[in-house]
Amino acid sequence: MSFHGQSLLFCGGSFVTVSFAQLERLQRLKAVRLRLLRLEISITAVVAGIFLLFIIGNPKVFTRFDIYYSFMSTIPFFGIMALAMTLVVTLGEMDLSFPSVLAFSAWMFGKVFQVTGNIWLAVLVCLAIGLGAGALNSLLIVRVGIPSLVATIGTMFFFRGMVNVVAQGKGIPLVKAKETIFYYLCVGRIGEVVPAQAVWMIVLGIGFWLLLNRHRFGSHILFVGDNEESSRMMGIDVERVKTIVFMQMGFFAAFAGILSTLEVTYFWPSQGQGYLLTTLAAVFIGGTSVFGGMGTIYGSFVGALIIGSLEAGIIAIGLSGFWIQLIYGLIIMVSVSIYAILLRKRG
Amino acid sequence: MAQENSSTPLLSMVNIHKSFGEVNVLNGVDVTVGHNEIVGLVGDNGAGKSTLIKIITGVHPPTSGEVYFKGERITMLSVRRSRELGIETVYQERALADQQTLWRNTFAGRELTHRFGFLKVKDQKEETEKLLREHIGFTSKAITTDSMVLSLSGGEKQGIAIGRALYFKADLIILDEPTMGLSLSETRRVLDFVHGIKEKGKSAIFITHNIYYVYPVADRFVILDRGNVAGEFLKKDISQDDLEEKMVRLAQTGKLN
Repeated sequence: MSFHGQSLLFCGGSFVTVSFAQLERLQRLKAVRLRLLRLEISITAVVAGIFLLFIIGNPKVFTRFDIYYSFMSTIPFFGIMALAMTLVVTLGEMDLSFPSVLAFSAWMFGKVFQVTGNIWLAVLVCLAIGLGAGALNSLLIVRVGIPSLVATIGTMFFFRGMVNVVAQGKGIPLVKAKETIFYYLCVGRIGEVVPAQAVWMIVLGIGFWLLLNRHRFGSHILFVGDNEESSRMMGIDVERVKTIVFMQMGFFAAFAGILSTLEVTYFWPSQGQGYLLTTLAAVFIGGTSVFGGMGTIYGSFVGALIIGSLEAGIIAIGLSGFWIQLIYGLIIMVSVSIYAILLRKRG
Repeated sequence: MAQENSSTPLLSMVNIHKSFGEVNVLNGVDVTVGHNEIVGLVGDNGAGKSTLIKIITGVHPPTSGEVYFKGERITMLSVRRSRELGIETVYQERALADQQTLWRNTFAGRELTHRFGFLKVKDQKEETEKLLREHIGFTSKAITTDSMVLSLSGGEKQGIAIGRALYFKADLIILDEPTMGLSLSETRRVLDFVHGIKEKGKSAIFITHNIYYVYPVADRFVILDRGNVAGEFLKKDISQDDLEEKMVRLAQTGKLN
C-alpha cells in the first residue's frame, strides 16, 4: 500500500475548466457533500415538529414521563428491526419475511424454554433459527437468483405457515422467564424507569452506525448497493456481502422476537404481523434510499421514533383512532417528497 | 524493473477458453505481454476483449486455459490476487460507485483498516487528497475527498480511475476503453499517461476499437475477432493505414487479408 511516487499523470493539467460555470459547480459539489447531513437535519426537524405539535396539543400528557416510558418500551421491538433493515435497503434489496421469521423464532424460543426450562438454550436456538432463516433468504436471492422482493414474499408465507402449523393457533405462556437474569437484561426496567429494550436499541443504533459508516463491511454494503458490477470489478465479494446482510436481518428479527415475547411473557402465533409496514416506514421516513447505495442509521432510528409515537400522539391530542393511518400516510408522503427534492441530481 | 529476465514474457495466456452457459466467448486465445511493452488489444464490439480482461484481472475464471504472470502459473485468480501480483485495471468510470465519496472510491475493495476492520478514515482521506493534488493534478478546490463521483465530469472520473490504478504499485496496467466518451484534450492526457507507463518501464494492455488512439502509443497490436486472435502485428511491421484496412476487411469479410 505504499505510495508509488509517480507524478507524471496529467502534469500541470487541471481537469476543471475555468469559466463562469465554475461557481455553479462549486455550489453543486457543496450540495452533494452535505447531502446526507441535510437528510438527517430534515428528519430531526420533522421529529421535533411532531413532538412540538403533541406538546402543544396535549401538554398534560407530553410533558410527563409516562408517555415516554411507554414509547421506550414499545418502539425498540420494530426499531431494532428498522436498524437491521436499513442495511438491507442500503444494499438495494428488500426483505418482507422478517415478521414471520420473528414469529417462528419466537415460537422456538418459547417452546424450547417451556420444554427445557433453560433460557440460554432457548435464546441460542431462537437466534440460530433467525440466522438460518436469513441464510435461506440469501440462498434464494444470491445462489438461485430470485429478486429479493419475490423471494421474501415466499419465505414470509413459509415461516408464517410454519408458525401456524407448529403452534396450532395456540400461544405459549412464559411467566417463568421472569425469574431469569436474561429477562432483566432484555426487558427489565433499569432503575425501575428505563426499559432495557430502549438501551438495546440505542446501543445497537450506535453499533449499526459504526458498521455502516466506519467499517469496511459497511463500505462494501454501500458499494454493492450503489453499483454491483463495479463492486465486483473492485474485488468486493458481492455474494458474501448480500448473504451476511440477509442473515443479520434474520438474526435481529429473532432478537426482536425474544424482546417482544419477554415483554409480555407470552408467545402468540400472530406475533410480528403489525411490524412489517411500521419497520419499512421507519426506514423510508428516515431517508434511506430505496435505490440502494445510500443509507442512514440515524434516520431510521428517528423514523422509528416518529412511527412509534404517532399513534399515541394522535389520540392524545384528541383526534379519534380513525385518523391514525391517514396521518401515517401524510407523514410518509411529505418526508419522502422532501428527500426526493433534496437528493434530486442537479445538472 | 526493465532488467528482469526478458525471455519470459510478463504475462502469457495460453489457449484460453471462456463460455457463459452455451455461449462461447473465447475459443482458445493466446496472448502475451512482454516486459515494458504496450500492447494494443483491438477488435470490434463482441470480439471478447472485455471478457479476456476480466479473466486477467480475476473477475471471471477461464473455462479452460493457463495464465502465467512473471513466469509463474497462476491458478485461482481473484481480483485481490491479481492486484497483489501487480496487475491493475482502469475500467474507466464503470468501476466507480456514483453516490460514494472519493475517499471511499479510491480504496474500494482494499480499505485501510484498523484491527476488526474499522476504517482508517483519516488515512484514507489524506492519501486520497495526495492522489488528487499530486498525482492527478486536480487544482480545483471544488473537488475534495468528500465529493461524490456523480458530481464529477467524465474526464474527472477518468482521472480518478487512472490515478487509483497508479497509486497502487502495478507492473501491468490494463486500460479498458480509456478514451471512450472523453473530449479531445482529455484523450490527449490519457495517451500521455500511457507514454508515461512505457517510460517508467512498466507494461500495459490498451483495449480499444479506435485505432487512431492506440496506434501512436502501442508497440504491438493483437486483433481479436469473435473469440479468436485474428492477427498480431508489431508496429514497425505495419502502418496505421494498413492496420485500419485490415480491421475493416475483418469486419466485412471475417478475414484479415
